[in-house]
Amino acid sequence: MTDKPLIIVEDLAKTFVLHNAEQATIPVFQDLTLQVAAGECVVLAGESGVGKSTLMRSIFGNYLPTVGSVKVWHDGTYVDITQASPHEVLEVRRRTLGYVSQFLRVIPRVPTLQLVMEPLLENGVSFEESKERASELLSALRLPQAHWDLPPATFSGGEQQRVNIARSFIRKYPVLLLDEPTASLDAENRAIVVRLIQEALAEGAAMIGIFHDLDVRDAVASRLFEVAQFKAAA
Amino acid sequence: MNAIPGRIAPAPLLSVEGLTKWYGHVLGCRDVAFDLRPGEVLGIVGESGSGKTTLLNCISGKLTPTAGEVRFDTRRFGLTDIYGLSEPDRRRMQREEWGFVHQNPRDGLRMRVSGGANVAEPLMNLGARHYGQMRQSTIDWLDRVELDTRRIDDKPRNFSGGMQQRIQVARNLIHGPRLVFMDEPTGGLDVSVQARLLDLLRELVRDLGLAVIIVTHDMAVARLMADRLMVMKGGEVVETGLTDQVLDDPQHPYTQLLVSSVLQI
Repeated sequence: MTDKPLIIVEDLAKTFVLHNAEQATIPVFQDLTLQVAAGECVVLAGESGVGKSTLMRSIFGNYLPTVGSVKVWHDGTYVDITQASPHEVLEVRRRTLGYVSQFLRVIPRVPTLQLVMEPLLENGVSFEESKERASELLSALRLPQAHWDLPPATFSGGEQQRVNIARSFIRKYPVLLLDEPTASLDAENRAIVVRLIQEALAEGAAMIGIFHDLDVRDAVASRLFEVAQFKAAA
Repeated sequence: MNAIPGRIAPAPLLSVEGLTKWYGHVLGCRDVAFDLRPGEVLGIVGESGSGKTTLLNCISGKLTPTAGEVRFDTRRFGLTDIYGLSEPDRRRMQREEWGFVHQNPRDGLRMRVSGGANVAEPLMNLGARHYGQMRQSTIDWLDRVELDTRRIDDKPRNFSGGMQQRIQVARNLIHGPRLVFMDEPTGGLDVSVQARLLDLLRELVRDLGLAVIIVTHDMAVARLMADRLMVMKGGEVVETGLTDQVLDDPQHPYTQLLVSSVLQI
């Protein structure tokens, strides 16, 4: 394990420009600086619309920041996600940077078990081992076994959410971004997810999370990070 | 800073530079440049008439560009401008190392010979003569694209549009190409058939480590298939980037329009 921060965000700014809405500009944040060390879970705080998800998506490479850098510790060096080429970003995502979104983006026809196995298969784990680990995790998350061979398109919100969580926790990603992973879960399932997060932290993962549920937040947060302090002037 | 150590960046499989095509005074595409790596899937998106197909045809050796180079890492000559090769050499390279899946299966299949013969033909073109082996290989591929292998001797016209497209896919993968071009491969199919075919293509591309250039006007197809996108408008590339970034945070006015015009269901 390294004592270097696994995520370094420097002087980050994001402004949306909507060209087809009379060039409306929506400034979100500017001069934003944040570091996250191994074993640390930084929880993004602030009310809706303050830019928590925008920051997280900018770190994942899903949004393109206007200025600044997002360095992720990958393979013994820092990769600046804002400058890296598409294949480099995909490589960092495959091996280092996991992301649990609020919603599962369903791929038609692919059964649940296979979806959950995919991150392992893509990292060269054997089919048998991948299947075993996916089964264990789906059992732990109490997803009925009758669902495993079905594509999750028709599942309830909570069930899809658990498939999403299983996909991201089946491998030990060194860096994890969690965008309300427990939003549509009941108390028991929330507790299971909290345990998964705590285990990953104990093993040295660096995390950035958004949690509206205060119990979950208190159980996993190392510290809070107010996004509003970097509010960009409109 | 950005180089990923421990892995020497492999040379590009395909390198396009300054590619321009004029049809008289009408612009097809202008000054297109990009590199494609082995195993990478590039999506070219844009509305009808934006130059997607012109670009694809220029890259795939079907249409001589007015200016620019298309360099491919050929097995026999290394990284070479394909338009610098002699016609027979270029055709041989296309047959051996490339595949091309057309939107309309009738453009990619020979309708007078059986589905099985269509699939086996590329092997024969490359010198295979053992009938039993070719038939077995054909049966394997029909199975792989989820077609009933008992229908190996049926003519393409007796298959549905979705099945014809599967035959075309098998025909274009059986000889082990390294680069496959796809022009709206699911364009003419109804949505349920489209979803199955896309899923099949996605699996094959991943399992075979194929490099693919896929042209589509369908953003959902682009999201599902492509690692990265090139957005075209009026013959020019207006935006490029990681697929989910281009679709979720488009920068160019035209891309914003394109993405916001997608109907939600």
